[in-house]
Parts: sequence; structure tokens; C-alpha cells
Amino acid sequence: MVALATAVGAVLAQTPVADPAGAAASTGAAEFWVFWILAPLSLAAAVSMVVLRNPVHAALMLVVNFFTIAMFYAVLEAQFLAAVQIIVYAGAIMVLFLFVLMLLGVDRELPTRVAQIRGQQPAALLLGALLFAALAVGVAGPFLGADSACNAPPDAVAAAGADAQPCVGLAAANEEGNVRGVARLLFTDYVWPFEVTSVLLVIAAIGAMVLGRRTERPEDLVDGRGVRKEPLRARAARPTGSTALDREAAE
Amino acid sequence: MTLLAQIPPLQIPDIAWSAISPELVLFGVGILALLLDTAGPQRLQASFLVFGFAAAGAGYIALSTEQSVLPGLVGLAALGQFALTAIWRDRPRLLSALLAALGFAGAIGVTTWQWGAYSGRLVGADAATFVGTDSLLGGMVAVDGVALFTRVTVCLAGLVTVPLSFAYAEERRIHRGEYYPLLLFAATGMTLLASSADFIMVFIAIEVLSLSLYILAGFAKRDLNSQEAALKYFLLGAFSSALLLYGIALVYGVTGSTNIAEAGRAFSSLDAPQGMAVAAMALLIVGFGFKTAIVPFHMWTPDVYQGAPTPITGFMAAATKAAAFAAFLRVFVGAFAPLQWSWTPVLWVLAALTMLAGAILAVVQNDVKRMLGYSAVAHAGYVLIGFVAVNRAGVSGVLVYLLIYTFMSLGSFGVLALLERRNHKAMAIDDLRGLGRRDPVPAGMLALFLLSLAGIPGTAGFVAKFAVFRAGIEAGHAALVVIAVVSSVIAAFFYIRVIVAMFMEDVPEGVAAEAPLAPSTGMSAGIAFSAAVMVAFGTVLPFLLVDLADQAATFVS
Repeated sequence: MVALATAVGAVLAQTPVADPAGAAASTGAAEFWVFWILAPLSLAAAVSMVVLRNPVHAALMLVVNFFTIAMFYAVLEAQFLAAVQIIVYAGAIMVLFLFVLMLLGVDRELPTRVAQIRGQQPAALLLGALLFAALAVGVAGPFLGADSACNAPPDAVAAAGADAQPCVGLAAANEEGNVRGVARLLFTDYVWPFEVTSVLLVIAAIGAMVLGRRTERPEDLVDGRGVRKEPLRARAARPTGSTALDREAAE
Repeated sequence: MTLLAQIPPLQIPDIAWSAISPELVLFGVGILALLLDTAGPQRLQASFLVFGFAAAGAGYIALSTEQSVLPGLVGLAALGQFALTAIWRDRPRLLSALLAALGFAGAIGVTTWQWGAYSGRLVGADAATFVGTDSLLGGMVAVDGVALFTRVTVCLAGLVTVPLSFAYAEERRIHRGEYYPLLLFAATGMTLLASSADFIMVFIAIEVLSLSLYILAGFAKRDLNSQEAALKYFLLGAFSSALLLYGIALVYGVTGSTNIAEAGRAFSSLDAPQGMAVAAMALLIVGFGFKTAIVPFHMWTPDVYQGAPTPITGFMAAATKAAAFAAFLRVFVGAFAPLQWSWTPVLWVLAALTMLAGAILAVVQNDVKRMLGYSAVAHAGYVLIGFVAVNRAGVSGVLVYLLIYTFMSLGSFGVLALLERRNHKAMAIDDLRGLGRRDPVPAGMLALFLLSLAGIPGTAGFVAKFAVFRAGIEAGHAALVVIAVVSSVIAAFFYIRVIVAMFMEDVPEGVAAEAPLAPSTGMSAGIAFSAAVMVAFGTVLPFLLVDLADQAATFVS
């Protein structure tokens, strides 16, 4: 916990860059190395989260992934986002995840079924690879060329010369400090989406209650005028499935 | 103190309450219904507290701003809910349903008021004939014709769904207190989606409506089909949301703005990273395609429509489609129109696929609900014709189509809900045999809705199809219209097959002892209202509707 606090403090202590020209030389190289160390780690964590069979191991891999992503944010000078990523995701949400896993029982391994549709797996792999290739060319492509000077080491920027497409906007966005910039946007331009997000949380809470309730009192499910309906327990025990309405026809 | 002094003051944004009033009404009524349901025996006290706070707030606003109309209305609404609670305090669901219906009606009311305030306010040569546009709350909320028209469509769908649901949910014993609030929250998300001028808003609104609908689809928890529907909808919906979000991120990456209109302007003056723009548009099409059930992305539709409670299915098919198409229109036809060479061919192919696959797959279905699910897919294809036309006639056609489809869909699913109530099972086409002899009125209603879905001349469905086909021909997509006509003929086959089964075949052996149909007041009212609207728009009033939709073909810029 102490280590986490110091890490967050260190991230927050980074002051926004006042002089972009001078800073580009120093952060450019650091960014380069941080990226190439963290990116494989992040990918490995993500893949192992999907592959690992034990849910707790998978959850821990997700924590590793969250941490690497937080580091990316920090390197990109989004300090607030980095801190939030660690506090909210790696902290609070993962604790909830683990709680739920423990409640459900971690040793209860569900049998994984093999894909039932013939040829589904190779088709999925092929199409997935195609999508990945298309997105890689479309999204990363423009930034791998000689004229891209985004996040490249200083010598690469110098080599690209006058045609270089530098990254712009960071200094303006962080002008009055990262946290203040986020707050300003959140409470001016984005105040309405921010408020609507609370609607989303209300719905999620209701949904959890509706779908998660195990036992239900029969009178909660109807609005009869004081008429007693028969208890539902007998009905629930009856297998349902082929018909859309789970009631006795001869009721 | 010194620290505070350093911070430059925030420019507090001007909240345009009128622009978000329909959402506020829907969400507020939803929360109120939830509160009154959870209050249990203290319902009356809770209602009185709500009344007290609302009246005090309204009085304060009235005194401080010297306005009387709006605070007066709020006070009246608060008094009204107290009166309703006092009358029906022992019937919590009935109270919820009444509040929900009034909420939908109120949302339609404020939207109409906004329409009146904005109609004819467009700047330009033919300003008088179009609804004006505005972008409010920091460019988040669009007030334009498409937004206002779609809001009315969504709220009308909700208004019809409430009475259709009441007896059905009661009979299936799924009448939990959360039902109507969730319906209102789903409608809130839909109106938000229809009026979003920013991609962030699009995403959040889609999440709001989807989350509510996942829960409603799984509302019949004890039914495995309903569980399957909820799980499938949730997984595929989450997947499609992720793709949509990826597309939005790429749009932001290319243009540096999440505002839809600004992104469109930046896209049209683009020369640098074209690949990224294409990838962004492709991902957006996939994301919206899932929500509107266009063919390669329609796989969830039949299962979800079959498993969800029947009135919810009708609501999903109608209102979700309307809202998602409104946002889809604003992004592509509104903002990305300068790039139409790049996306119209894609949507042309998708439209053709959707119409043909939807109709052909529907022919082989035996379950009526599933058949209507596939028919909903085919109808998404017809709507796409108006979409790829990329002109005002096309937008107007889409709006007309979605409004009329709302009533066709809710009406036909409503009759199905009525029949399921009696037969206690899902309806196969064989179960409908001889229905016209025994129960001529419901059978006649179902026949009317099916004929309208088929687009027979003289019905409202024909007006809808005519509107989009005309736009398609005008835009030079004659081949697509021919495909649509072929698809309509295939579709007519299975609609008429149901009608033949109802009216020309005999009751199968052993079923004759069925109890007579006992339609509830709500169901009768909902179905009759849908049928009346159908007949009105099909015969007497089509020009009124088309004229309104023509006025509404404006986008915020």
C-alpha cells in the first residue's frame, strides 16, 4: 500500500513540461525505451489473462496489464489518468473482481467446450489476423514512416528533417496542469456526458439486483389485487426450455 | 485561500435545460416509479416527500426567476403523482405503469414544444420549411429535426409498450417493480442517442439503452430462452460497443475532435492518413450495424427477439432501431456526406444482403416470433435504402419508415403476446390455424399488421416503403430498389402464409377446447391504438406524416 502511494505520488509530482522543445529531447528517448519494455509485458499479460485457466491467476494478470497501461499514460504525460488507472482499476475494480471470484469459488473449474461449429476456429483465427493486419496498416502505418516524428528518438526526428510530422497539442492540453485540464473539460464541455454516466451506474445497480436475486417472493412478481397466487417453488423445479413460456398449460 | 486564488475560475457552462428536457422527464419518472415501488407500505409518505421537495423547489424557482409556467408544470406533476399514489397505493405495478405512460406522454409533450420552438428557424433559402438546428451543452446535444422526430418515435413506442406489457408480465409472473423504470431508462438512452451531437454522447447513450435492454431481455429469469437471450445480447452487445468505441477513438485520432459535425468537416478536408479514416468508418459501420441488426451483424437478432418477453421484443425491434438509425444517420449522412463515395458502396451491399437474407431466412421459420425477428432484419435493409440515397428525401424516408415500423412491430408483437397469454406457450404457425374463425378480431388485427409489414398498397407499410424507394430511385440506386422489391415479394409469402393459416385452414384436432381469449384492457388499448395509427397513416393521413418527416430532415452542423 505504501509502495502504491509513493508510486502515485511520484507520478503526480511530475510537473507538466513547460518547454516542449527542450523536453522533447529528454522524454523522447525515455519514452522509446519505456514503450519497448512495457509493450511486450502488457501484451503478454493480456494474452495470459485469456489463456490461463485459473480465474485468480487471470485476474492477477489483468492487474499487471492495468499497471503497464498506467505507465503508458504517465509516459504520455497524462498523469491524472495514470493515477486513476491505478487507484480505480488496479485497486478498486480488481478487488471487486477477486471478491466475486472468491464468492463463486475459485476451484470450481467449468468444463470448456470445444467450438461446436465446424471450421469456426480456423475461420476466427484467419479473420482475426486479417482484422489485425488491416488495423495495423491503417492505424500504425502512418506513424512508422520516415516523416513521422511522433514519440521517436531524437536522432530519428532530426533525420526526418523539415517534413517531420511532430506530435502537437500536448503542451496546450497540459498548459494549466494535467489534473486541472481534465477537471476543466469534465465540468464544462463534458458535464452532460459525465452526468449521464450516473444514469448508467443506476441501471447497472438495478440490473445486478434483478438478475442476481436468487430467491423471490411470489407476491413481488405480480400485482394481484390481494389475490393469493400459488407459490412459485413448485414451478421453478420443473424443467423449462423448449417452450418460451414457462408455465403449465393446464394451470 | 492562496491556493484557491491561483486557480482561474471555471466558465460555468450554460445548461440548456430545454434541450435535455425529454431525457430529464423520462429519467425522473423512472426514478420516481422505482422509489414508489421500493417504498412498500410507506408509499404514500414517500410520494408526499417527493411532492414536498418538488413543490418547494418549483416555488423557489418561481419566486427567484419570476417565471411561472415551468415551475407551475413541475408543481402540477408533483401533485399529480401524489394523487395517483393516493388512489392506487395498494397496486404498485399499476401505479408504475401509469407513471410510465404519463412519463412517455410528458416526454412527447416537451419534444413537441421544442419542435414548435425550432420549426422554421433554419437559416437559409428555404428556412421556413425545415426544423432549425442547434448544438447545445458544449456541443453534446443536437437539437435538429432528426433528433426531435426520433424522440417522438421512441416515446410513442414506449407509450404503446406499457399497456401491452401489463397483463402479459402479470400472467407470466415477471411483474417486478423494476420493469417500468427499466423501460423508461431504456427510452432515456434512446432519446439521448437520437440527440447526441458528440461521439462520447453516442457511446454513453448506446450503453445506457443497451444495459437496460440486456436486463429486460432476461427479465423472465426462470425461462431458459430468456436467459439465453440476455446472455447473447450482452456478449454481442459488449463486443459491438467495443468495436464502435475503437472506431470513435480512430475518428478522434484522425480529426482531433469527438464532435460529430467537426469530425465530418475535418474528414472532408483530409489528405494525410487515409487508411486510419477508412478503418474508423469501417469500425463505426460495424458498431452501428450491430445495433440496427444489419446482415453480417444480425446473428443475435432472432435468438434475442425470440427469448425476450414479447412486448419488450416489440419495443426493442422498433425503438432501438429508430434511435440507432438516428445516430447512424447523423454520423454518416449528416457529417460524413462529403466522403460518401467511400461508404455508400459498402452500405449498398449491406442493404442488399440484409433485405435478401432477412426475407429468405424468415421463410423457413416456424416460430412466429422468430419469423418476425428475421422480418425485422429485412426491414432494417429497407431503411438502409433511404440511408444510401444520402439526400433529404432519403432521411425523410428513413424517419417515416421507422415511425410506421414502430406501430407495425408493436402491434404484431402485441397480438402475439395476447395469444401467448392464452396458449401459455410460444406460437408456431400451426397454432394459428383457424384463429380467424374463433377469434376474428385479434386475427384480423394481426392480419392488418402483417399486410402492413408486407407493404401491400393501401396500408401504412406501403407508405413507408414508397418513401424510401422513391428516395433510392431519386439517388440513382434503381438496382437496390429492384432487390428491395424482390425481397418484399419473398417476405409477402411468409406474411400471407400466416394469414392463410388463420383464415383459411381449419382448427387442428384437439385444440378446439381452448379457453376463449381474454384480452386485458391495456392490451386491447395498445393493439387498437397501433391499428388505428396504421390505418390513419395508410389511408387518410400519409401526407401529413411525410410532410412532417420532410421538415425534420435536418442535421446539426
